[in-house]
Amino acid sequence: MTERTLKDKTAIVGIATTDLARDSGRTEYSLACEAVKLAVEDAGLEMADVDGIVKDISDGIDPMYLQKAVGIDNAQYCSDSHWGTSAIMTGVTAIAAGICNAVVYYRCLNGGSGRRAGNDFRAAREMKDEGLDLIRYDFYSPFGLLTPDGLAAMTVRRYLHEHGIEAEEVGWIPAVASEYAARNPDAIFFDEPIGLDDYADSTMRVDPLRELDCAPGVDGGLAVVLTSAERAKGLRHTPAVVMGVAQGTSTEGELLSNFTRPDISALPEIRLMGDELFRVAGIDRSDVDVAQLDDRYAPYVAMQLEELGFCESGSGVAFCEKGERLRVDGELPVNTGGGFLGGGFTYGLNVIEGVRQIRGTSASQVDGAEISLVVSGAGGPADGMILRRA
Amino acid sequence: MTTQADSEAPVIPHPALWAVLYRSSTPFWEAVGRHELTLQRCSDCKTWRMPPRPMCPRCQSAESEWVPVSGRGTIHSWVTYPESPHPAFEAPYAVILVELDEGPRLVSNPVGIAPDELEIGMPVEVVFEDVSDDFALYKFQRAG
Ligand SMILES: [Zn+2]
Repeated sequence: MTERTLKDKTAIVGIATTDLARDSGRTEYSLACEAVKLAVEDAGLEMADVDGIVKDISDGIDPMYLQKAVGIDNAQYCSDSHWGTSAIMTGVTAIAAGICNAVVYYRCLNGGSGRRAGNDFRAAREMKDEGLDLIRYDFYSPFGLLTPDGLAAMTVRRYLHEHGIEAEEVGWIPAVASEYAARNPDAIFFDEPIGLDDYADSTMRVDPLRELDCAPGVDGGLAVVLTSAERAKGLRHTPAVVMGVAQGTSTEGELLSNFTRPDISALPEIRLMGDELFRVAGIDRSDVDVAQLDDRYAPYVAMQLEELGFCESGSGVAFCEKGERLRVDGELPVNTGGGFLGGGFTYGLNVIEGVRQIRGTSASQVDGAEISLVVSGAGGPADGMILRRA
Repeated sequence: MTTQADSEAPVIPHPALWAVLYRSSTPFWEAVGRHELTLQRCSDCKTWRMPPRPMCPRCQSAESEWVPVSGRGTIHSWVTYPESPHPAFEAPYAVILVELDEGPRLVSNPVGIAPDELEIGMPVEVVFEDVSDDFALYKFQRAG
């Protein structure tokens, strides 16, 4: 067991999104620049204070070009990182190691309008999308398993089967997400809450996944600014101190299509990551006040609750029954900004909502929230962070 | 030379023809073209490698052999597309994940099994469908 060398060393001090839209009509370059500018302003820092840049490997705008536009002249740390929000862990590590003082993490994607993060592997291949694996073109595409939704559906069918769960029972997860999204102006995909009837009527996307199980693509940019916990004290907002960060992968891993591992009905990456995350943060599951889980696919929320140790294996859907535990006054408020289901699938939106809960500025604020869990990467390389109020 | 007209008339090939981009899987598809199902196995520790890859994740051997398999197995999971994402596939259609008797799993399509008849655990056996002169697909029908 390694020491908890990253605990409480850094904090998230700035957060921002651009407008989030079905069709931004803008370039990803301009979205990235705007998000970074707003997040640095939100932190109360100057652009010249930023000396580190981290990003998701699948986003197209190279840090060099971001720097040229926003005026980060003298960066001393730049890194592309793996899936999810693992780039934030890279930033945390760089600051804690003394490599740099303030890091900006950014995302920019036209996932709603453009050929990004969407459902067209052929387009993705033409674009040489590094996030999509050639294995898919050789072994899945020839049989019409062409979309991320289809890959996830294969896992979800087996999960439901293993535990004797009826697919309709999953509906409480999108229902609660829609309640949160309806209260959050940033979450554009629900103007009002849906009920279980709406879920049952929802079009089958790839059986057993319905439209309402699948987070829509969205256009937008977002950014997060990190600095040392010490420096964070004098800045504009209540810092969200990083108690812990962790990542996890597992045997025979792919993005969503983990078909050759012994048990395809579980999320072993989430379990490995979660166990380490709680260990390095030094807290128990019951200490978590609010959680942002990866709801790119609604059933994965249930699976994450199991793998993170909030409930027994196979009982994640039952945990979400009637939504009571997940609501803002429940045992574990989950995806309080509406999640990816309500806001669109962009890793990083979950981090921003996790920070808002610490600041007390969420549209669905959990009373007295002190400890905030954020998880990304369900169905692939997983990462997570635990934030606390300074 | 590519003309303007060429680039304006996109050709959408059958997704099967996207295959064999991945160097490690070329022997697999060449065998399927001959209507043989063979999988890569580590020459040293005999661990299957599906999907194929240049090294054994258990013993790090770079040596491998292509071994015929029975083509018999069971449906491990399945999905159906009510709408087709690609013109090569007529909706509704099903995609199955078959667990071969030897252990490895293959994504494929059912033949002669309606989507509402599919069940996890259903025994199936391989059949081959030619796509072109030297390219075939492996699919699965109910085991006889
Ligand atoms: Zn071996």
